[in-house]
Amino acid sequence: MGGLSVDPTTFFRSDGKRVSGRAVDELRPVKIEAHVLENAPGSCYLEWGKNKIVAAVFGPRECHPRHQQRQDRAVVRATYNMNAFSVEDRKRPGLDRRSQEISKVVSEALAAVVLTAPFPRTAIDVYMEVLQADAGTRCAALTAAAVAVADAGIPMTELVAAVASGKVGGTVVLDLDKYEDNAGEADLPMGITSRTHRVVLMQMDGNFTTEQYHQALDYNFAAAGVLHEKQRDALRSRYQTVAARQPQEGGAEAEDPGASSEEE
Amino acid sequence: MRDITISEIRRGYLKDLAAQERRVDGRGLEEFRPVTITTDYIGTAEGSSKVTFGASEVVSGVKLGIAAPYPDQAASGVMMTNVELRPLAAHLFELGPPRPPQIELSRVVDRAIRESKAIELQKLCVKEGEKVWMVFIDGIITNHGGNLFDLFTLGSIAALMTSRVPAKAQGLGEDYKLPIQHRPIAITSWKLGDQILVDATLEEELVADARLTVATNESEELVAMQKGGDGSFSREEVEAAFERSAKIGRDLRKQLEHATGA
Repeated sequence: MGGLSVDPTTFFRSDGKRVSGRAVDELRPVKIEAHVLENAPGSCYLEWGKNKIVAAVFGPRECHPRHQQRQDRAVVRATYNMNAFSVEDRKRPGLDRRSQEISKVVSEALAAVVLTAPFPRTAIDVYMEVLQADAGTRCAALTAAAVAVADAGIPMTELVAAVASGKVGGTVVLDLDKYEDNAGEADLPMGITSRTHRVVLMQMDGNFTTEQYHQALDYNFAAAGVLHEKQRDALRSRYQTVAARQPQEGGAEAEDPGASSEEE
Repeated sequence: MRDITISEIRRGYLKDLAAQERRVDGRGLEEFRPVTITTDYIGTAEGSSKVTFGASEVVSGVKLGIAAPYPDQAASGVMMTNVELRPLAAHLFELGPPRPPQIELSRVVDRAIRESKAIELQKLCVKEGEKVWMVFIDGIITNHGGNLFDLFTLGSIAALMTSRVPAKAQGLGEDYKLPIQHRPIAITSWKLGDQILVDATLEEELVADARLTVATNESEELVAMQKGGDGSFSREEVEAAFERSAKIGRDLRKQLEHATGA
């Protein structure tokens, strides 16, 4: 293994940059917007390279089926869904095993930062839709989901962002794109919290040496910090926009109060 | 229908307003909300669009693949339309297999596209009886603000009009534009009490007694219809629904042509 069999020029240019022009520790461009949907109390649209994700949160609300209820807390139920047109070959709609696994690990990652105890016997439902996929969708989805949960006004101890490092041509790189991922020799997606820097999602496949593993961890922790800042900016600008709009809106409130979802 | 219920007072209010030819958002009965059409929205699709009517929002994508033709149409491409009412779009959608409203929506939009012969399916034959192009039209509703039949029909045709056939990837020569010959537009008439309105919001939709979706082509001929709801329409109302659809369809088609550069 170790990638020696792969010609490094497949992935790196003569100047040491990757084929995409990125440095080994450089993220793809990430754009986050909070509160993009009208019906959902919390939502987020996120572009990460060519990935496009929309996430929405409902709840805390009545939990059924009832057997999923917990007497002492809310349950966090995240659903990751890849749309038919989001990948090269049309994906048949519906949940497959991969989606179900991702949904589970994302649910658990969110449960680690959401304050669930104040809402016993309820469900917090988080829906993540992949509109366009280009490797790294689970990380993008969790990063978007965390913003949507915060946007819904659900109390959290801190934010969580996810990012992966992997290995191509024997070299550890941050944030593999589709081209790199297809030939990736290792992949380490991690969800990392913003304040206490806890790891709340972690998966890995492939092959890392000890040094490569440490390098990947370094990349992921550093990149998570960058993402946390983008998440905060998205949430901040959403509330700044609301605040700036508030004064002149008072008079024109012909709409019914129930239709507004801005109950903080 | 868990969280979205409408109180009797609210229901009465909406109907009273309609009786006075007024609406909660100040629109006229035959006035659409602002319509936006964005094409080439999804890079992984052969053609795509994002269409909004006010808060209603659909993302549509077209994918093409090679499949076997139907035995009775051996020289014709195949099309399939599917919409997902994802649970993020509103409180009332839940996870699970498609339910009747979703199936109806997919099928009515499919009919508008298919019966108008929008796609020149006979041009999508690769080898008669063996290989044809299969056109998948998929939509996801990301926010349900009402009037999904009209929304997804427009989203589908916009995505189709901007689609390319990925022939090169299949070793079938150069890519080319998906052959589209007609531009069906659906306009639904919603009946509230004795009044008819168009482009219902989700709330108006929940209060409506009945709806009649009418799709017309650019020659203003009828191509598909579907009535829904417990209420009924008179003969005069069904005639008027066609005229209304043709008239409003004209404006929407102009916007469609502008957005797709057709």
